[in-house]
Order: sequence, then structure tokens, then C-alpha cells
Amino acid sequence: MADSLNAYLYVGAILFALGMLGVLVRRSLIVVLLSMELMLQGVNLTMGAFGVFNEDMGGYMLTLASLTIAASESVVGLAILVVVSRKARELYTDRMDGMKW
Amino acid sequence: MIEDITFVYMAVIAVLAALATVLVRSPVRSALSLVVVVFHVAGLFAVMDAMFLAVIQVMVYAGAIIVLFLFTIMLLDLRHEAGEPYLHKNQLWLGIPLAILLLVEAGWIALNTEPLAEAARGAYDAAAIAELGGTGQALAEVLFNEYLLPFEIAGVLLLASSVGALLLARRPDEDKLPDAPDPVDDVTGPDDERAEGGAAIWPTR
Repeated sequence: MADSLNAYLYVGAILFALGMLGVLVRRSLIVVLLSMELMLQGVNLTMGAFGVFNEDMGGYMLTLASLTIAASESVVGLAILVVVSRKARELYTDRMDGMKW
Repeated sequence: MIEDITFVYMAVIAVLAALATVLVRSPVRSALSLVVVVFHVAGLFAVMDAMFLAVIQVMVYAGAIIVLFLFTIMLLDLRHEAGEPYLHKNQLWLGIPLAILLLVEAGWIALNTEPLAEAARGAYDAAAIAELGGTGQALAEVLFNEYLLPFEIAGVLLLASSVGALLLARRPDEDKLPDAPDPVDDVTGPDDERAEGGAAIWPTR
């Protein structure tokens, strides 16, 4: 099991789907960002597994790039979250409709 | 055998902790469950002999990103969220089927995916990586030769995001030196945007 590519892909798919469930279902903006990190975990696992099992360093490189982008994304996302909480005093996604209409 | 047991342990705990991340009420507990997910995904990387990815995963995710999340959660005052519902009640009926649909699709793709044939694979099999001295060395060799330009672009991206985060999170009236006279205040008077309780994100000068 530990030496088949499919097993890692299943775990990556489950993590990604759970992350998407969190993004769609949770109300708190912080947990939505955390669920996005969870989706990135699934993607990282998938790309790393492809790199290992295809004996290609490209998978490692993609995982490294995804880590970099995850770091920048969470930094900017948390800065936006701080600004929003300073202005609106609450962090619910369903009440953040100031730019909706 | 021992690898299989380790794989099953890491996978099961990672999935359970991911469920906890999504479903637990408190954001702090959610972030701590994500730390558990990160460590067990790092364990999965270690099981497939990608040691460098395992280490960098723990360092970047558990060491930097989640700590940043916890800092932010504790800096913000979230006590008023205690009595509110924490799930979108009217998005559950769409969110759960969509997540199950995505899981079925991704699982179907994963079921039908095989590793490439032996001849089509890259040059870095386990023997070649061991000859170079490990996944770190092999990664460095590829990173600084073949992928040098993306590496530099990643540096620019990190700089841009840190500058952007600083610019976003700063209060607009914090960029004045306390003693230096500010000629902008004399010109604009009290009706400019900065006087309205921090309404402007960007500096007005």
C-alpha cells in the first residue's frame, strides 16, 4: 500500500474535498482560510507523490512552488482579514456583502 | 509491512484531523487540528522517501503559516462569535453534495492513474538520488540549474506579498512620525478620509 501511487492520490483527494467542504460550509473567514490551506495540503501530497513515483524532480519543484504561494497567500489573506475585522468588527462570510451589489 | 502500517496510520489520522479542522467550532482548535494534518502529511512524505519535502512541510506550514494563523486569531477579538451558528445552514445542502461529487471525481481519477512506464520516467530514481546524497541535494541540483528563473520569481513573489501585507495591515495614521510636523494635516483639515476612524486603507498623500 505504501508503494502504490493510488493510495497517496486517494488521501490527497480526500483532503482536497474536505477543504472544499470547509470553504463552502463554514461561516468564519479564518476557518475558510484554514480550509484553503487544507486543500493545498491535498494538492501538495498529490504533486509530491507524482514526483516520487514518476522519478522526476518536477513534482518536488511544483510542491516547493506551491509552498511558496501558500505562504504568500496566507500572509496577504490574513492581512486582509485584519483590515476587514478592523472595519466590520466581525468575520462572517455571509455578512461580508459590501462588494456584492 | 512496517511501511504499510505507517502509511495507514498517517493517512487515517490526517483525514480525521482534516475532518476536525472543518467541523470543530473554535477557530483555535481548527488551526491546531490543521497542525496535526500537516505533521501527518509530512509523515506521508517521509513514507514515500521524500525527506526534504517532509522537513520543509513541517518548517513552512507548522512553523510559519499556522503560527501566523494562531497569532491572528489571538490578536483579533473573537469572543462575540461564541453564541453564533458556525455553519452556513442554507449552504449545507449544496456544499455537502458538491464536496462528495468532487471526492468521487478525484477518487475516480486517482483510481485510473498509474505511474508512468519505466522508460518514460525521469532520471531521478531512488538509486540516482542516493548517489547524489539525498533528496535535498537532488532538489538543489535541479532547482539551481533547470528551474533557476522560477526560483528567482518566487523570491520576487515573497517580497511583493510581504510588502503588500505590511501596506494592508497598517493603520493609516500610524505612518506619521510623532514629532515631525506633517504639512498634509494643515492642508486637508479634519474632513479628509483619515479622520473618519481609519476608513482609508491607503495613505492619502
